[in-house]
Amino acid sequence: MTEPLLTIRDLRTVFHTDEGLVRAVDGVSFDVGRGETVCLVGESGSGKTVTGESITRLIRTPPGDIAGGEIVFDGRDLTTLSDDELRELRGDRIAHVFQNPQGALNPVYTVGWQIVEAIQLHQDVTRATARERGIDLLDRVGIPEATRRFDDYPHEFSGGMKQRVSLAMALATNPDLLIADEPTTALDVTIQNQILRLLSELQAEFDMSILLITHDLGVVAEVADRVVVMYAGKVMERGGVFDVFERPSHPYTRALLDCLPGRGTGGARSIGGKLPPPTDPPDGCRFHPRCEHAVDACRAGEQPPAYPVDGDDDHVVSCVHYEPGGDPSVVRGEEAAPTDGGRPVGGDTEEDDR
Amino acid sequence: MTRPLLDVEGLVKHYPVTEGVLRNEVGRVRAVDGVSFTVDRGETLGLVGESGCGKSTVATTALRLEEPTHGHVVFDGEDVTEYGEKALKRFRRRAQIVFQDPTSSFDPRMSIGESVAEPLRVHGMRDRERRRRIVGDLLERVGLEAADMDRYPHEFSGGMKQRVGLARALVINPDLIVADEPVSALDVSVQADILDLIEELQAEFGLAIIVISHDMGVVREVCDRVAVMYLGEIVETAPTEQLFEDPQHPYTRALLGSTPVADPRRRGQGTKLTGDVPSPSDPPPGCRFHTRCPEVIPDEAYDIDAGTWRSVLNLRLRTTSGGIDVEAVRTYAAGGDDPEAAEPEAVRAAIREEFDLPAELPDRRAEEALSGALDRIVVGDTEGAAERLADAFPTVCRRERPGLVPEETDLSADEWAAIKRFRTWLATLVDADADRVIDRLDRRCAAETDREGGVDRLAVRAAFRLPEPLSDSDAERSVGAAIDALLAGKAADAADELYDTFGPLRESACHLNRRD
Repeated sequence: MTEPLLTIRDLRTVFHTDEGLVRAVDGVSFDVGRGETVCLVGESGSGKTVTGESITRLIRTPPGDIAGGEIVFDGRDLTTLSDDELRELRGDRIAHVFQNPQGALNPVYTVGWQIVEAIQLHQDVTRATARERGIDLLDRVGIPEATRRFDDYPHEFSGGMKQRVSLAMALATNPDLLIADEPTTALDVTIQNQILRLLSELQAEFDMSILLITHDLGVVAEVADRVVVMYAGKVMERGGVFDVFERPSHPYTRALLDCLPGRGTGGARSIGGKLPPPTDPPDGCRFHPRCEHAVDACRAGEQPPAYPVDGDDDHVVSCVHYEPGGDPSVVRGEEAAPTDGGRPVGGDTEEDDR
Repeated sequence: MTRPLLDVEGLVKHYPVTEGVLRNEVGRVRAVDGVSFTVDRGETLGLVGESGCGKSTVATTALRLEEPTHGHVVFDGEDVTEYGEKALKRFRRRAQIVFQDPTSSFDPRMSIGESVAEPLRVHGMRDRERRRRIVGDLLERVGLEAADMDRYPHEFSGGMKQRVGLARALVINPDLIVADEPVSALDVSVQADILDLIEELQAEFGLAIIVISHDMGVVREVCDRVAVMYLGEIVETAPTEQLFEDPQHPYTRALLGSTPVADPRRRGQGTKLTGDVPSPSDPPPGCRFHTRCPEVIPDEAYDIDAGTWRSVLNLRLRTTSGGIDVEAVRTYAAGGDDPEAAEPEAVRAAIREEFDLPAELPDRRAEEALSGALDRIVVGDTEGAAERLADAFPTVCRRERPGLVPEETDLSADEWAAIKRFRTWLATLVDADADRVIDRLDRRCAAETDREGGVDRLAVRAAFRLPEPLSDSDAERSVGAAIDALLAGKAADAADELYDTFGPLRESACHLNRRD
């Protein structure tokens, strides 16, 4: 396997607040391969947005602070870069798209002016060339009559169209990595569908990697190659999209899937309880107070390490039931996957159960 | 009781668009444009649609938080649109609304208990202790603790605040609750809790509930019936499972197809809906969905598939709206060089490519018309092209406005609309005595009766535009019986007859499903 484009190792981002230290991101690790779409999924307060913002240090410091870990982008550790070096990267090789396109566009300038600015900030081209490229981009993101709309102001566009404009701006410099934070959450489903299709098309066309941050498992299922499930600043489960949806292994992932309304399966089940207070997270597994499978081992010490699921190193889960010698069927119930040809995980207990 | 609690008929809400100091009306936003539905006691009706389709305006005008432009809202036998101030206040005690954002719907300086008790105070309960008892009891019913009443909104999470919102809506024992996007602002992990709570409360209090949502999943979870709205109109109503299993309107199909499913093996299978929702200030003629509809009906004269027809119509629409920039197409066709140097052939090909049109339409006559129009675009005559396209590519979906047709009957859209109008009128008289019924009937039919004869069957039929006979025999029998009851002064019997026969029917408004 070639080197991933982005490697995040043990990232820790904290906020110094009046109530105390908030460990918003607490030891998060994952990779984003070239041309790949990775989805960061979790409830609000899980730290997924802060993770995305930490990559190009968009978080406000203070109160925020990247307290540890590595963010290696194309061979360079971004945590060691100066602000100037980072600014060059940001909006050039790494672009951001946010949930609210309204807030990402300046209302007093035409969208064309803003796209031209984005292009000229990073590329030494004439205004005319930038304009031509800008029109081409608007056309590529599916804005009809791009030439005519180029000189329109943001308020003259609908929400979906504005999100297309902000996508065009993000793509202006041919980024290697697009970080999209809830890019479709503010949009209607029919428009969301259009934007998600557009993202996949553009990804193939521009050969870029996408880190998509969302709370919506439907969106994840639609676009992800790999999934990172976060809860209270920690990664609970990580794996290929088919593994995570078809063999959800962490109790939290399973609960998250169970609470989706309207799947025609007869009643969504909510996850009881609530997120732990960010200033005072529980010991052991962060999810244990809400977990129906919690045992004593879950309640003490640190968050469990990432154990491979069924011997698969690309599908890992932070749950004591999956440690060597543990019994995953506690979590997965009857449909526990059989031990495949891979490394046996606690063979004995599993045999007993079947 | 067979009569629904709420019967909304022909509801219209237009907002004038004004200009200048004199505020001349230069146009109107047709937020709600003729919407009819009923809600039974103990029933949950879902109103779904994209943002801007008017679903929230339906709620606010039906509850008269805003004044409707036209239409009737009959609530438990009385026409809400005719209420004076006092009656309106009494009505509001029986119909409550819960808003999307639980944070902004509470006064941060009032304790939760004060907020929940406020409706009691407003509606005249002076006894503070009694208010506190009721509030404490209700907080427990919605899953909080009585002691929470002395806490403030910021101490609660979003989900808990939405529980408090429900408690506040329930505190004066309403019969109807409108929940406008009740869980959209909440995390998915607590959505299920609130939806469960809504169902529990409904069973416990026998409430009628209208859930407004853009989320098909939420609607499927809690609603008994669903009405789908597009640009101010209802395009389909059906029992929830039927709507999801067998949607009748192309828009419903598109909406369901666009909803992402949490199953990666089914990705990319949804309908591809192009374009944005048109502006409600200038809705398309005919079927309002025809500008985006993937199943738009081809003209019978051509042998052409739906996808290609869609592309042709897209070209027609864009040309008509003046949206073809010939200069830009020429530049593109010339490969970025001098636009004047572009070969006409290349320009035509560029337009076909832009609109996903094949190099040649399979139907010869269609191809002739298309290439003729393209030629005009190439020489810059977009108006001529628009005319040519409009002539050559008509569609019934643009020409005629489809009305809602009930699926289980042979009624036409007009007949069905007339029956609903008649029925709603009857519903306002169910508590009136025979003399008053006859008096109202006389006035309603005044235009149809000559001086000599009184009101008879024919006059009623004419006044309510009910043709005789109706195209459905069961309907004819029922309407006949209702008219007889009415002429005898028994409005309640007449209303019951019609509500019984035409209980909530499955309806859709699409030329594909209509019968003539």
